[in-house]
Amino acid sequence: MKKLINRPQDVVQDALAGVAAAHGDRLKVHTAPDYIVRADAPLRGKVAIVSGGGSGHEPLHGGFVGRGMLDAACPGQIFTSPTPDQVLAATRAVDGGAGVLLIVKNYTGDVMNFEMAADLARDEGIVVESVVIDDDVALQDGRHTAGRRGVGATVLAEKICGAAAERRRPLAEVAELCRKVNAGARSMGVALTSCTVPMVGKPTLELGPDEIEFGVGIHGEPGRERRPAASAHDIVAALATAIVDDLPFGRGDRVLAFVNGLGGTPLLELYVVYNELHTLLASRGIVIARNLVGSYMTALDMAGCSITLLRLDDELAALWDAPVVTTGLRWGA
Amino acid sequence: MTAADQGTGPGDGSGARREAITRGDVVAWMRAFAAAVARDRDHLTELDAAIGDADHGINMERGMQAVLGRLDALDALAGGGVGELLKTVGMTLVSSVGGAAGPLYGTLLLQMGSAAGQASELTLADWASALAAGVSGAQARGKAELADKTMIDALVPAAEALQAGAASGLSLAEALRQSAAAAQRGMEATVPLVARKGRASYLGERSAGHQDPGATSSWLLLHAAATALPAGLAP
Repeated sequence: MKKLINRPQDVVQDALAGVAAAHGDRLKVHTAPDYIVRADAPLRGKVAIVSGGGSGHEPLHGGFVGRGMLDAACPGQIFTSPTPDQVLAATRAVDGGAGVLLIVKNYTGDVMNFEMAADLARDEGIVVESVVIDDDVALQDGRHTAGRRGVGATVLAEKICGAAAERRRPLAEVAELCRKVNAGARSMGVALTSCTVPMVGKPTLELGPDEIEFGVGIHGEPGRERRPAASAHDIVAALATAIVDDLPFGRGDRVLAFVNGLGGTPLLELYVVYNELHTLLASRGIVIARNLVGSYMTALDMAGCSITLLRLDDELAALWDAPVVTTGLRWGA
Repeated sequence: MTAADQGTGPGDGSGARREAITRGDVVAWMRAFAAAVARDRDHLTELDAAIGDADHGINMERGMQAVLGRLDALDALAGGGVGELLKTVGMTLVSSVGGAAGPLYGTLLLQMGSAAGQASELTLADWASALAAGVSGAQARGKAELADKTMIDALVPAAEALQAGAASGLSLAEALRQSAAAAQRGMEATVPLVARKGRASYLGERSAGHQDPGATSSWLLLHAAATALPAGLAP
């Protein structure tokens, strides 16, 4: 294992110290318990948005803290959900009296830890709503599983809800928007190589040199099936077809197309993917009205990508276009 | 506190001795579990890598190190109830383990603590009730059923065996041994199962053929109880 780290057990703390050193003007990094908040939090009268999850997905979530997106992010250990005391402390720190929305990715641990935190916050009189994101179509049958995983739609929900909160929309509406984004978004990913968790020191997935994991999760958990490596054209066709058929997206739909790198894939290849996606959707009469291309929700050093499509209406498009000032996403300001 | 002389197992021939579990026994149990988790850390993580996300051993070790630190700091052997100590362990796990295991093991210990109440020592029957309360708490938190391929598959049979042992008048040592054996059988029985909860469920049929890491750490917990809890009872 070759990584730019010191002691494997210190990676998250060392990185948080780096975030504090680099962005101390805009972000406050609290340790023990660990959370990142906007330097100007709490904002009176604004709904606060808190998210979090295991580390290793950067810039998600800490990179999305700032004006127009999250008020706080709680980083867990690598690929391990944050603990209730972290989420509770972050919730207290950002509550401006208008309530707090917790955006939670659908993983067993995340859901349980955020549930415990929400219970504790409510006991303290903080108004909390919680929305679980579960947009991954890799799992075909949700009845006998922990349910679909939360992946790319999380980034879109954080951006869109953050814009709505900035416009002083009330908690119930911001939460409803979050559910709307989740309901209208579908995602799927593919891994070309495994990631390596620093404390483990070896690849999580055993992928042969000519194999890809189709429907991979963002922690290197195996997906739908193992396939032989293929061209970008064929991989995008398989991912996009699974996504389009699931919602389903149809002729005339306007979508936000999000091509996301998983950490070890160059931007050059992500644009190759975007080109394939653009062509395929056009052939099906689906209009890409907005797009996002880059590595925004990663799985450490995994090579591969995910594709997310979100059905847009005027409201969602306007909120997507609204200004955002974070270290991970920044425009319009 | 009415446990004196209920034991009938070997070693009881020396006469009256209290078969009860004290704070010191709970501390010994947690130290034994911490040692087992540290020893089997890589094994737990390898089991998790096969069907999960390769962090179970790491998370449990971090949590149990935090518990050890807490036990050292609070002079656990000083006065106070067994329940309070179990709750302290539970809260420490909740705030240090993360993942699914933190809330699940945390809830298990917190609910055991609530059931144990203010008592300074617990009989086998009290202990069996406390474990049953803890296991149902964990089950409610994780919404798992038997045969979902989770820690519940080790915990539920272990709690049932302990209650059966208490009801049939087994010695504390023998009841705990049977409870640990039930946990081991439950753990081994997870191998052919298809996971229906947790990250392993994403694998569907591919999860079969692997032992569940959560059931494995639960067996370690019950095995540690069988080794550590009766040790304090030596006459």
